Amino acid sequence: MAGEGRQAVVSVEHVSKYFGVGAARVDALIDINLDVYPGQVVGLMGPSGSGKTTLLNCIACISQPSSGRLTLDGEVVYDDRWLKADLRRLRLDKIGFIFQYPNLLPFLDATDNVAVVLRLAGLGSAASLSRAVELLEYLEVGHRRHALPKQLSGGEAQRVAIARALANRPRIILADEPTAPLDSQRARIVMDLLRRIAIDQNAAIICVTHDEMILDRFDHIYRLRDGRLDIEAPAGPRLEPAAR
Amino acid sequence: MNLAYRDIKHNLLRFTLTNFGLSLLLGIVIMITGVYGGLIDDALRQARAARADLWVVQADTKGPFAESSRIPGDTRELVSRVYGVERAGAVTYQSVQAELNGAPHRLFLIGYQLGRPGGPSKIVAGREILRSHYEIVVDRRAGLALGQEIPLGTRGHKFTVVGLMQNEVTSAGDPVAYITLRDAQRLQFEVAPPSTRREQARGGALQTNDQINAVIARVSPHVPANEVATALSRWKHLTALTQAQQETMLSMVVIERARKQQMLIMVLLVIVSAVIIALIIYTMTMDKVRSIATLKFIGAPDRTIVGLIIQQALSLGIVSYLAGMALVFIFRPYFPRRLVFDPESVAVVFIITVVMCLAASILGIRLALKVDPAEALATSG
Ligand SMILES: Nc1ncnc2c1ncn2[C@@H]1O[C@H](COP(=O)(O)OP(=O)(O)O)[C@@H](O)[C@H]1O
Ligand SMILES: [Mg+2]
Repeated sequence: MAGEGRQAVVSVEHVSKYFGVGAARVDALIDINLDVYPGQVVGLMGPSGSGKTTLLNCIACISQPSSGRLTLDGEVVYDDRWLKADLRRLRLDKIGFIFQYPNLLPFLDATDNVAVVLRLAGLGSAASLSRAVELLEYLEVGHRRHALPKQLSGGEAQRVAIARALANRPRIILADEPTAPLDSQRARIVMDLLRRIAIDQNAAIICVTHDEMILDRFDHIYRLRDGRLDIEAPAGPRLEPAAR
Repeated sequence: MNLAYRDIKHNLLRFTLTNFGLSLLLGIVIMITGVYGGLIDDALRQARAARADLWVVQADTKGPFAESSRIPGDTRELVSRVYGVERAGAVTYQSVQAELNGAPHRLFLIGYQLGRPGGPSKIVAGREILRSHYEIVVDRRAGLALGQEIPLGTRGHKFTVVGLMQNEVTSAGDPVAYITLRDAQRLQFEVAPPSTRREQARGGALQTNDQINAVIARVSPHVPANEVATALSRWKHLTALTQAQQETMLSMVVIERARKQQMLIMVLLVIVSAVIIALIIYTMTMDKVRSIATLKFIGAPDRTIVGLIIQQALSLGIVSYLAGMALVFIFRPYFPRRLVFDPESVAVVFIITVVMCLAASILGIRLALKVDPAEALATSG
């Protein structure tokens, strides 16, 4: 899959991030280095407070690293400062985010929850709706397209949220414990789905998880401990490790 | 897809209830405008009912409504001989208290010369005054029936109700009544202070019973009213006002005080409404913080979020305004005062509502813009 000649979609180099100053300073991320290649699904694990969310936020351009360099889809976006003026647009076009809770807009039905990001990206109304329905069908929740979020089961809602994350065909998909609210069987289904998406869309997927049951679904597993990253050998015989 | 509309639809019951409350408030604002419009209309009504082109009154007064004016009874002959005056009629105005159906009522009594300008403009039941004495045409508001006899003045002469009018009331809400000029002058004499009366009875004084308050003149369409007014004002004891001057003066002078009170109430109500709208918008935004964070996270620009809040504020304001308007019109017949709406003041209230909503959104917008997209990641959901 990922080879040496291929360019990483996400490249994190010497990224550090601290909160607060002086005695109150918390080093949330310390000299993080991480490359994720197209088609890869990497897992991010670590105890609570180890910096997983902070790292995802930095990659998603939601929070600003304190230092280091961040390259997304071949473009350096952060090098000790933001190099892109419009981070919002970058997020809209390049990054799909799957939250721990589906975070669907409660007042929109499943279709519109997906269509809204397409509309924000400037796609026309009819085109947005048909692509949204197509995505929902791809995620096997097409039959629930008129349901409001509160009418969806946890698994259905999470699929709608995944459909939304995929809507603009992002090269980077970030997921913060997407399987936490699901049982292990559904968690496995979602993970298989992410893997399929990574391959279909040639995307890089970084997935925070606590779930030891799905570790075999990842190409790589990184562990964060007190803001430092260790790589761990991937599990599962069917996965070939990415050369580094 | 309109997010504001979708959110409203999703919380329709709350939106409806909120609108109902707000429409009551805005209804009161609209109603006060109507009361104010009614006041102006009432104040101008008598001046308009006379269908005058010119008002000839005592020199240097703003008569006959805003200030009292007394001129000699023969002024009418003087006026009617001026070039350009087609018709002229002498009138008197006085307020009297009368026992009507066993209860005291105030009437605004107008004395006029039969067949000359100054009489009732529209009679809805009965007929005009035909006999020169003891007949009266009165507004329905007085509660009198055709043919009923009512005593007026200290000597209690009985006047027969021969005609009824509608919506002829003073700005104080007193019903208007018409009698002949002679009857009116007699009543005025009767109620004059005893000293004056003694003086007059002796015949010694210059003052006579033959005094009027104004002469109403209709001017030929071929002669400018201003020119006639200038000609009339050459008599040192007279002032001539055009109808336009009279109306401007009345709406300015007569109800100045009423307007001030109502402006105060109006301003207070607008402030209260604005605060309430602001709180509603703020709580509506609070409830949506997570959605707003999610929207920001997935890349919605600030303009989308500001638009969401402003559109909701405006729909709240506009729907409440229309509902308030509907309420006012539904309950208008049961309202003790006449409500008059001119398009201008209706538009002004509408604009105030819109501005109020925009101002009230500021609080919600500030909150929304401060929402950190990272809140979408918060685990409690
Ligand atoms: N906004 C913030 N301000 C201050 N400290 C923060 C903030 N966000 C996270 N931290 C701190 O950074 C560290 C990493 O947090 P986080 O990335 O949320 O961990 P995880 O997602 O692995 O549980 C923690 O010590 C946390 O207290
Ligand atoms: Mg976390």
